[in-house]
Amino acid sequence: MTELALAPRRSPALRLPRLLAGMSYYEIASLRDHERRYGPLPLWGASGRRRPGRLIDVVDASGLTGRGGAGFPTGRKMRSVASGPGRAVVVANGAEGEPASGKDRLLLTRLPHLVLDGITLAAHAVRARTAYLCIHGHEAELRDALEGALAQRSAVGLDPVPIQLRGIPGRYVASEQSAIVHYLNGGPAKPTFSPPRPHQRGVRGRPTLVHNVETLAHLALIARFGDRWFRSAGLPSAPGSALVTVSGAVRRPGVYEIELGTPAGRVVMTAGGPAERPAALLVGGYFGAWLPARSAWPVPMCHAALKAAGGAMGAGIVAVLPVSCCGLAETARVVRYLAGENAGQCGPCMFGLPALADAVADLAYEGGRGRAVERVATLAGLVAGRGACRHPDGAVQLVRSALRAFEADARWHDQRGPCPRVARAPLLPVPGEADWDWA
Amino acid sequence: MSYELRVNPIACDGHGLCAELLPEIIELDPWGYPILLSAEVPRGLAEHARRAAAACPTLALLVVKATGERG
Repeated sequence: MTELALAPRRSPALRLPRLLAGMSYYEIASLRDHERRYGPLPLWGASGRRRPGRLIDVVDASGLTGRGGAGFPTGRKMRSVASGPGRAVVVANGAEGEPASGKDRLLLTRLPHLVLDGITLAAHAVRARTAYLCIHGHEAELRDALEGALAQRSAVGLDPVPIQLRGIPGRYVASEQSAIVHYLNGGPAKPTFSPPRPHQRGVRGRPTLVHNVETLAHLALIARFGDRWFRSAGLPSAPGSALVTVSGAVRRPGVYEIELGTPAGRVVMTAGGPAERPAALLVGGYFGAWLPARSAWPVPMCHAALKAAGGAMGAGIVAVLPVSCCGLAETARVVRYLAGENAGQCGPCMFGLPALADAVADLAYEGGRGRAVERVATLAGLVAGRGACRHPDGAVQLVRSALRAFEADARWHDQRGPCPRVARAPLLPVPGEADWDWA
Repeated sequence: MSYELRVNPIACDGHGLCAELLPEIIELDPWGYPILLSAEVPRGLAEHARRAAAACPTLALLVVKATGERG
């Protein structure tokens, strides 16, 4: 990897932050700002000496995994698409569906050229001739900003494969990868039955590489600075940095860049520390899990460790629940939201999730004469694993984790009725409520 | 050759014929949708499984070669 060895010398300061190094709170980074900081886009293969597939080797060696939630090895996905039958299609997923996540939006609104570089590099590596960048359709301002950034690039002929902007409906499941592919194929933005999966047969039947926009931004830096540079942050088993969105009862909620493997507690401290005594952390988002604060504090933020602790990395979400909040009431609100966001396609999800939401709401707000916990657990077992996508599974994981993390609370609610804390103002953002205005 | 059952949950409308034809491994949930008690089709039931799949009005029940993995 001789051509990559230059990197650490050229950018010693690029340890952390990496992605957010050039971020301004006030304005979007122009193509000039971007190139001044990171250097020009290294078009792999354009010189003829570097074959396009070489970038895939480097991405493989870097250990980069998808930052959208599933954590699948990026290089392996690229290889599978590159070797599929027919011209590949690249889709950048910037339609962040998690209400508690803000990282993709931050990248797109402040550092679009990192993402756009990543799209062009990925398209080049898998020899695609079609590339899409999907964002939420209702975000007109974001669309304008990205069109501006794309215009700067096409003026200097930066993207050999034109990047087409597409607006996706702003629903929770619409950003699931099969839903995006379905939408680009002219259907509703709803998940489809698999197989085939998008990497086998996606947009117009072609092998389709769907990557989260943060994953693509990392790709843009790996192509410049190499796999060893990438691995110099994070853990050997989970290399690199990741963007996390920290919210809830912390002093400085926001998006932070961390090394993978940073303990969850230190991530909370990075966001200014708890604003009140913490009771639990929600990790991984609304498909993630509640962990009691004490046990979550030392857990390294990476897929394997969080999973082993009963949580999830998801798209890098950490929400701090203070002791003054009722975790069951928070869960009830989120599950109600998730039930409303079902795509109306699969019976068990269509009927089961609202029933589960009712049961959790009963437990949180009514009490259950000693039977509500059992009813929640039974319904959770009935809907898990029975949808075409993971929507019901995600909701069930959240509910089951709530019964574990708030076990004593749940027993109290079940036998004696709601605790006084249910009256507190809601903590977690749920779209549709008046206080939610990120979009 | 061993076989597995899969339900395409998007296609399934909960007619429930499969549970009548293959009660050994298919139960209905409270909303009338099939629950597979085991994905694997026991050897002696392969013919019944095929018949249940053919009877499904929406062709949502699939008999596939066993792969040992989900999806």
